[in-house]
Amino acid sequence: MKPIVRVENLGKEYRIGTREAGYDTLRESIAAAVRAPFQRLRRRNGKGGETIWALKGVSFEVAPGEVVGIIGRNGAGKSTLLKVLSRITEPTTGRVELYGRVASLLEVGTGFHAELTGRENVYLNGAILGMTKAEIDRKFDQIVAFAELEKFLDTPVKRYSSGMYMRLAFAVASHLEPEILIVDEVLAVGDAAFQKKCLGRMGEVAKEGRTVIFVSHNMTAIRSLCQRAMWLDNGQIVDSGETGKVILNYIQRGMLSTLERGWKDIETAPGDETARLSFVSVAPLGQQPDEPITIKTAIEMKVGFQNYDPDAVLNLSVVLYNLEGVAIFNTGSSPRTFPLGLVEAGFVIPGNFLNDGNYTIRLLLVKDTSIPLFDLHDLLSFEVLDADRSGNWYGKVLGAVRPVFDWQLTTRN
Amino acid sequence: MGISTIADTTSPKPTTETPTPVHPESPKSASDKLPDAPLVTIEPNQAWSAIELRDLWAFRELLYFLTWRDVKVRYKQTELGIAWAILQPLLTMLIFTLFFGRLAGIPSDHIPYPLFAYAGLLPWTFFANAISNSGNSLVGNANLITKVYFPRMMIPGATVAAGLVDFAIAFVILVILMIYYGVALTWSVLMFPVLVVLTTVLALGVGMWLSALNVKYRDVRFALPFMVQLWMFVSPVIYPTSFLPGKLAWLIALNPMTGVIEGYRSALFGKPFNWSALAISTAITFILFVYASIHFRRMEKSFADIV
Repeated sequence: MKPIVRVENLGKEYRIGTREAGYDTLRESIAAAVRAPFQRLRRRNGKGGETIWALKGVSFEVAPGEVVGIIGRNGAGKSTLLKVLSRITEPTTGRVELYGRVASLLEVGTGFHAELTGRENVYLNGAILGMTKAEIDRKFDQIVAFAELEKFLDTPVKRYSSGMYMRLAFAVASHLEPEILIVDEVLAVGDAAFQKKCLGRMGEVAKEGRTVIFVSHNMTAIRSLCQRAMWLDNGQIVDSGETGKVILNYIQRGMLSTLERGWKDIETAPGDETARLSFVSVAPLGQQPDEPITIKTAIEMKVGFQNYDPDAVLNLSVVLYNLEGVAIFNTGSSPRTFPLGLVEAGFVIPGNFLNDGNYTIRLLLVKDTSIPLFDLHDLLSFEVLDADRSGNWYGKVLGAVRPVFDWQLTTRN
Repeated sequence: MGISTIADTTSPKPTTETPTPVHPESPKSASDKLPDAPLVTIEPNQAWSAIELRDLWAFRELLYFLTWRDVKVRYKQTELGIAWAILQPLLTMLIFTLFFGRLAGIPSDHIPYPLFAYAGLLPWTFFANAISNSGNSLVGNANLITKVYFPRMMIPGATVAAGLVDFAIAFVILVILMIYYGVALTWSVLMFPVLVVLTTVLALGVGMWLSALNVKYRDVRFALPFMVQLWMFVSPVIYPTSFLPGKLAWLIALNPMTGVIEGYRSALFGKPFNWSALAISTAITFILFVYASIHFRRMEKSFADIV
């Protein structure tokens, strides 16, 4: 069958450093100006060319009407692939042929302007996403009904709650009618009800026979929406094919535990001028680090970050996900200020609490309980093994968690 | 394994839950409808393909919406609102009249100085605001550039177009001033729209070039205000070109705004046009515009990576 998307040997090379080189303040710009001649000199010597390949040798085809899921860790190249496909950034090598009208949804609410009203933003956002005015006029009522915001249409969106904002933004985006729809992890935002609504709408879009390329960390979503999945790692396709098979493979091979991470160069660590991440780790408590983690093991998580702002009210937030993408829990430290320098934080997940399986950790550092300085999915991952069981039953124990409660057994006779 | 069978069937094991892949059979008909040639081909270092007029045309409504946004947002939460479009050149005109017209006694080609100054300030304010705003426009819209595709020229383009709206409003004051001073219109006024187009093209050229440069070198943001100020002093806004010694006048004519501003005064006040100055302005404007478009197109591809 003739493909609607054909990708051949696609590659994207980034020069490390240039991406971050924004001169935002006068001080930085002077510092940069001082550094600039040296950098230029280095580049001339051919030494400044420290690059990474965000994508390398990626080739695939998508048939019309197919829904393809792309999975992989953070930094595997998923977003870069979507950016190349949606013509936001140019590839370094290779070729993409698109035999249909493309719309991409890499972020919910791109181009929303806080000062404009809901109604005005529907038009602005729609136009930015590639709709014509006539098209927006036609779908306007549907969009508003989907967002359930009829009463607030003439309120500036800066007065919206974040939930209302997301609803409106997704409502516009989900009424796009391209032949090829490219969607990044947009479902990771919003509350559960919103996510459910988004997923439902995505399902409808897929049923309408549109071609969808969809990135998500949510395996349940991928499994229910996509016929085919592609697993990307280090910018290359590791596996592709029938969704169930690829996900299983990903689980078994891809999710080798990452128990710790550290950032040597604080400049490139996640965060901003308020604070930057220094290290994170999970380790079994009270046993050797190389001993396996079982359902009985207490697990200690540690986070270290450099604080640059003694006035910033910060709190850490950790979300633990299982492989189905279900959030097992979200725990946050209490918001407070910290002195300058390294801050170490941590907590213990008790033993006899998690079920066996693979888990991933998402970490956020939040300023003023509302602004995330970073939000890192799949930061760490680990596997909890089943412990030796007493008795002779070896089936999987149901449940997201597997707590041991104090059963009271009384015999009365 | 007696009990386990119950547990196994209900447990969310990845393999058992996956629906058998329904390979899309129906789209076979859809595949027949696909065009033979790709609608879009994405390749590195695409040979420079003029300004993609087809693409610009396809996104023409976006230009309208971006312009509308710029106009709408610019005066939000200001008490005086769009009146600022009038106040800017009007107050500058009063200050210039006081200092340059009255105190310094700069001649104004026998036109009342306030009118002379305003006729110069009208295109100048438009031009200066257009290049400052569009110079910063790409950086200011980084969130759009990194998330969605459209011809990037739309962004500086919309800023210049939004400036035209201010220009039109400020123009009303000019009409009032002309009536007040009893200026009679001549056929020369037919040149007015031509001059507006010329100013717009010039502003677009300079604005595009600066905006692309600003993405890579944020120095532009700091240099821009000085550049604009300096440019005003070498343009005949405050003084007429006749005020300058012959040698210098020729040099000043190389500034494309010279012919334009003088042109506005000729068109409005029925003075003879300085055709050679206008020709120089037009030539430089078009050379600048073409150069800026090529430069912009070349830089455009890396905007998302470096902005």
